[in-house]
Amino acid sequence: MDLRFRPEHLAFRERVREFVATEMPPDLRAVAEVDGHFEHEQVMRWHRILYRKGWVAPHWPVEWGGAGLDPTERFILNEELELAGAPHLSPFGLYMVGPLLLQFGTDAQKRRFLPKILSGEEVWCQGYSEPGAGSDLASLRTTAVDDGTGHLIVNGQKTWTTYAQHADWMFCLVRTDPTASKPQAGISFLLVDMRSPGVTVRPMLTIGHTPAFCDTFLENVRVPKENVVGPLHGGWTLAKALLGHERTLIAAVGLSRRALLRVKRIAARTLDNGRPLLDDPRWRERIARLEVRLRALQVQNWRALWAQQQGRAPGPESSVLKIRGSELSQQILELAMDVMGPNARNWFEPPTDWLHPLEQWVGPSHCYARATTIYGGTNEIQRNVIAKLVLGLPVR
Amino acid sequence: MDFDLTEEQRLLADAARRFVRHDSPVARARRMREDARGWEPDVWRKMGELGWLGLSLPERAGGAGGSMVDVMVLLEALGAGLVPEPYIASAVLAAQAIRHAGDADQQSRWLAPMIEGRTSLALAWMEPARRYALRPEGTVARREGNGYRLDGRKIWVDNGHAADALVVSALAPDGPTLFVVPRSAQGLAVTRRRTIEEQPSAEVRLDAVRVGAEDRLGPEGSALPALERALDCAAAAAVAEGLGVAGAAFALTLAHLQTREQFGVKIGTFQVLQHRAVDMFVELEMLRSMAILAAVECENEHDDTRRGAVSAAKAQLSAGGRLVVQQAIQLHGGIGITDEHDVGLFFKRMTALAVLYGDETHHLERLAAQPSFLEGVDRPAPG
Ligand SMILES: Cc1cc2nc3c(=O)[nH]c(=O)nc-3n(C[C@H](O)[C@H](O)[C@H](O)COP(=O)(O)OP(=O)(O)OC[C@H]3O[C@@H](n4cnc5c(N)ncnc54)[C@H](O)[C@@H]3O)c2cc1C
Repeated sequence: MDLRFRPEHLAFRERVREFVATEMPPDLRAVAEVDGHFEHEQVMRWHRILYRKGWVAPHWPVEWGGAGLDPTERFILNEELELAGAPHLSPFGLYMVGPLLLQFGTDAQKRRFLPKILSGEEVWCQGYSEPGAGSDLASLRTTAVDDGTGHLIVNGQKTWTTYAQHADWMFCLVRTDPTASKPQAGISFLLVDMRSPGVTVRPMLTIGHTPAFCDTFLENVRVPKENVVGPLHGGWTLAKALLGHERTLIAAVGLSRRALLRVKRIAARTLDNGRPLLDDPRWRERIARLEVRLRALQVQNWRALWAQQQGRAPGPESSVLKIRGSELSQQILELAMDVMGPNARNWFEPPTDWLHPLEQWVGPSHCYARATTIYGGTNEIQRNVIAKLVLGLPVR
Repeated sequence: MDFDLTEEQRLLADAARRFVRHDSPVARARRMREDARGWEPDVWRKMGELGWLGLSLPERAGGAGGSMVDVMVLLEALGAGLVPEPYIASAVLAAQAIRHAGDADQQSRWLAPMIEGRTSLALAWMEPARRYALRPEGTVARREGNGYRLDGRKIWVDNGHAADALVVSALAPDGPTLFVVPRSAQGLAVTRRRTIEEQPSAEVRLDAVRVGAEDRLGPEGSALPALERALDCAAAAAVAEGLGVAGAAFALTLAHLQTREQFGVKIGTFQVLQHRAVDMFVELEMLRSMAILAAVECENEHDDTRRGAVSAAKAQLSAGGRLVVQQAIQLHGGIGITDEHDVGLFFKRMTALAVLYGDETHHLERLAAQPSFLEGVDRPAPG
């Protein structure tokens, strides 16, 4: 056993650091420094910077603009960007619909959509969830009916559609065969132009006070049939395929490392009885407890990464990443709130001599972090899946 | 032992719940987030007319002469409605400080109009970089003529932006002392700071603020015991309010488990969610016991008993109360993350209550420092 990265990988890490140090614009750096909220324009600017570098879609094949990096380099790239507090790129094009198009799309679909995902010219959102279909996605009701003129007419409502207000396109699951034997069987994977007549988006505030998601209403929206990806009625296969992609990113170890470092930095600046909390064994122990969880998760993630680098299928080690990663991110923000004590009540108010800039965003981030155990499949559903597929426990 | 509420207390609870239903449902708290004051003087006056603002304050100052149990009964109901009026800040924290430090004249002068709902108060005790330390260090009172000159700064002064008068702790020549400073005093500058519940709190600067000797509460050097007593009442009140907050979040969650359907069944049929709901219920029951303990003991003259009870209860709120509201969001799924849903408002209020009047670490330390904590421990002889 050997836990060291290979020299060429260490060299690559240095290259990424250097790139971030020279290429991140000052206004982005300022937000990153306090772990604040990036505006959409800033995220897209960063997208284009990575695009020009050739690093925006590291996991795509080189012929479609991928970076030609091996899994470990991709992991390092992602980790370094997270550690630097860089904007989180919208995953819907790069990590979701892009890979699905690569796997299931026609050549025409690939040529039409992939280049603009890559360049950031077209922004995507994900229309899976509906008011009545969250964990039970297969019960979705949005319908798409063939009108006989080469179009599908889509009706229904999607919800929690992250950043739909900025999106040019939405990939969604729609019911094309209401008579199918199983609910999963009648579903298609469809690409919808958000500018089509009949698409309305209603942004909503989250508890972290960011306008991060939307209700998306579809009323008699005409979508050309060539926008179906994969076989008609065969969308469920695509939905499931998505779950297998880039699992080592799911744990967000880089984000948690950065967040725990922030806790330590706040603790170094927070005085109790004239002494920094960081020097108080009680607080050190509490931070250390999370450091243990973080390190365990990190090695866990390396194991998953190694399996991927060896070309093996994701094993049980990767199934626990989402559960632990999401819970840890919440625990770290909670600890940050505890360290801040009275200042934990701050809500977006600017720093002062008694409130460090690092503290300004903790409250809202701590609220929004409650979402990490809900989106992308709730942690209860993740546990159900592990119980069934990994542990092989009987199901009712 | 007797865990029954009295007839009056039952009527009080009914009245408070009715008030929340008709006059101050959660929708009002939501609306008040946009309001510069964050609460309404008319509603405050109504609370005064109902006799709520002086529940546990002395009769000679216009209060009802009741107990903190009465306050607990009221605040559980108000917590469930997230009623935004500054009950704890004004009618518990500041009022108890005046009650414990002030003489009879001062009590009726400052408390009587507040009890009627015509004025409101605030207590300015926290200072930058001092966490929950009671002793004022960054605020100084110098003797000047017949009175004092106050200089310094206070943070997280709840209701500081709206109070007609502020009780301020300052270091006088003979030790920590409380003063009442009218809002109109020259040299008093108040800056609003928004809290996580989207309510205003305040940073208060005192720059050569002059007060008379009659505005000093009690003799010089008498502040700390009064502050401690006031904070114990406020912490007990916070546990009671937290019980209401957690209870309301739990009620929303139970209703959601009984109505939301996924996989063709009510999600409440999933055993893992049933167990989670039971865990929340257990925490809620513990919280109720602790709210009672704190309410009964927070006015106990015996320091050890009072401190131990209040600190245990407040620590329970920080741990158990937070668990309830976190799981309330989790069991709601995506809708729990929206600002539009009330469960998030309960989550945020609980987050604030957890750090108000001493956080978990503060109260654990205080609990463990009481002599009774070590009762029955036979320490081996050294060496
Ligand atoms: C911030 C955020 C962003 C999102 N972005 C998007 C997006 O861009 N596109 C999109 O399509 N969706 C998005 N979602 C939706 C997300 O995928 C759903 O919220 C999630 O799948 C849960 O569905 P639900 O909200 O309907 O909750 P429900 O499914 O109603 O779940 C409610 C509770 O019941 C539990 N539960 C449900 N079924 C079971 C079971 N069988 N066993 C045990 N417990 C169960 C859940 O774990 C949860 O605690 C987003 C959600 C959030 C919070």
